[in-house]
Amino acid sequence: MGFDKFGRKSFTSFTKTGKFVDLLAEGRVEGTVCKQCGAKYFPPRADCAQCLSKEMDWFELPKKGTLETFTTAMYAPFGFEADAPYTMAVVDFGAGIKAFARLSKDFADPKIGMDVTVRPLKYDDGQITFEIAKA
Amino acid sequence: MAKDVAVIGVGQTYFVRGYEGSIRELAFEAFREAMQDANLTAKDVDASIFCSAPEYDKQRSPAGVLAEYLGLVPQPTFYVETVCSSSTVGVKIGYSMIKAGLHDIVVVCGFQKMSEITSAESQERMGRGGDIQWEAPFGTMMPAYYALYAQAYLAKNGLTLDDLRDVRVKAATYGQINERAVYRKGVKPADFDPSNPDAKMAGPVASPLRVGDCCANADGASCIILANAEKAKIFQKKPVWILGIGAASEVVNMAARPDFSKGLQVAKAAAGVAYKMAGVGPKDISVAEVHDCFTIAEIMAYEGLGFAPEGDGKSLIREKATYKEGKIPVNVDGGLLSKGHPIGATGGSQIRTIVLQLRDEAGPMQVKDPQIGLNHNIGGVGLYGNVTIFGRD
Repeated sequence: MGFDKFGRKSFTSFTKTGKFVDLLAEGRVEGTVCKQCGAKYFPPRADCAQCLSKEMDWFELPKKGTLETFTTAMYAPFGFEADAPYTMAVVDFGAGIKAFARLSKDFADPKIGMDVTVRPLKYDDGQITFEIAKA
Repeated sequence: MAKDVAVIGVGQTYFVRGYEGSIRELAFEAFREAMQDANLTAKDVDASIFCSAPEYDKQRSPAGVLAEYLGLVPQPTFYVETVCSSSTVGVKIGYSMIKAGLHDIVVVCGFQKMSEITSAESQERMGRGGDIQWEAPFGTMMPAYYALYAQAYLAKNGLTLDDLRDVRVKAATYGQINERAVYRKGVKPADFDPSNPDAKMAGPVASPLRVGDCCANADGASCIILANAEKAKIFQKKPVWILGIGAASEVVNMAARPDFSKGLQVAKAAAGVAYKMAGVGPKDISVAEVHDCFTIAEIMAYEGLGFAPEGDGKSLIREKATYKEGKIPVNVDGGLLSKGHPIGATGGSQIRTIVLQLRDEAGPMQVKDPQIGLNHNIGGVGLYGNVTIFGRD
């Protein structure tokens, strides 16, 4: 699947980490881990900035993290107007792994520090992304 | 403190909504004022640097077109971009070229005509100043990015929405006396009260930030002219010297950022370098211009620059220490909040304010007898940090 399928609207057609979208379609949210030095990356990278290796594996994000911060946008930029309002947030999984995404539409009353998880989300138009839900 | 490179001329247009002219004419207005300030003619200028954020107007490679219109051909020219901090970085590059002996006098011109596109398009462009591969697909925009910092910061540090409101009230105090500002009105606490039906500042934008917490888009240009010591003495009886320059970068992606409740790390890193180079510390600063694109950004800047301990930026606004009469006056020209934020022109506008202050020419905004001034100019969401320190002759 091309990377133009990623997100509500993608701005990137191709990436060497395009498998990320296929993994989402299979129900998994995964980052990459360097085969040579073990450095973990989310969002995924094709190249290791620690040791310069290009040999990467995929790893699944932990099932549970904490909500580090969030914001509810009442207005949206050009191309996203139909979605507003929506809430974007950062999840901290510990050990240096965090994720940025929207909260699920039914996520009520977010609070910093609460337990959350991430999961794939398919839109009706065929776009695919991931979202943050209560753990 | 080395006095090798000086600012010898400053200029700035009125910051407005819907400038009725093209980018070359906008740039010329700031350039004309700076050239007259330094009493220069075009043949005195050895090189020019143009600074803006791309994609607001349609001109690609604007340096050539603007250099021609300013009469600075055939001297070398080029374009510098770090979004909101473009013109401060332009000044840094100009400083470096002069210090290296390549040129004697360099013109740095920042410009932005934001009104060529709609507000929603502008939000989309600014959002794309973040990571377009992994974040823009979620519908990001600048207020939301800064709101992520605000939410975490408020939760941890006891800063309140009323404190943020008071940053805006301060900005508007000075926006009213700065004739170049786009927002000239006063702001009262009641303007933020959601129970007040006329509260023009209370509407939510990206929680916890409200309309009044956000700076305005504007059209504008700024121009800073730099010279080596020999030329500075010839052309400017009150040269203002660049004493220290610090810069740093941060990872783009929010998923790789350190603790959001601790503010922008780039400001701390850049300030450390600039203070060390200038041989001064936070207590030596007489007047500062900080990047208050949002109210929370000014509070974080107090801490990043060492004016307040980490987590205690709120004390400065509560004690009115950053008002003109306070111990460390900050943004007494109205800041980005009242002056407006024409992206590429902002850094040069901040530097112009500091230069006028150090020359005792800031009019109603003048602080008493300033010796050392500082500008803090952030590009993107704490992506590019720039701190520059200036001293009088």
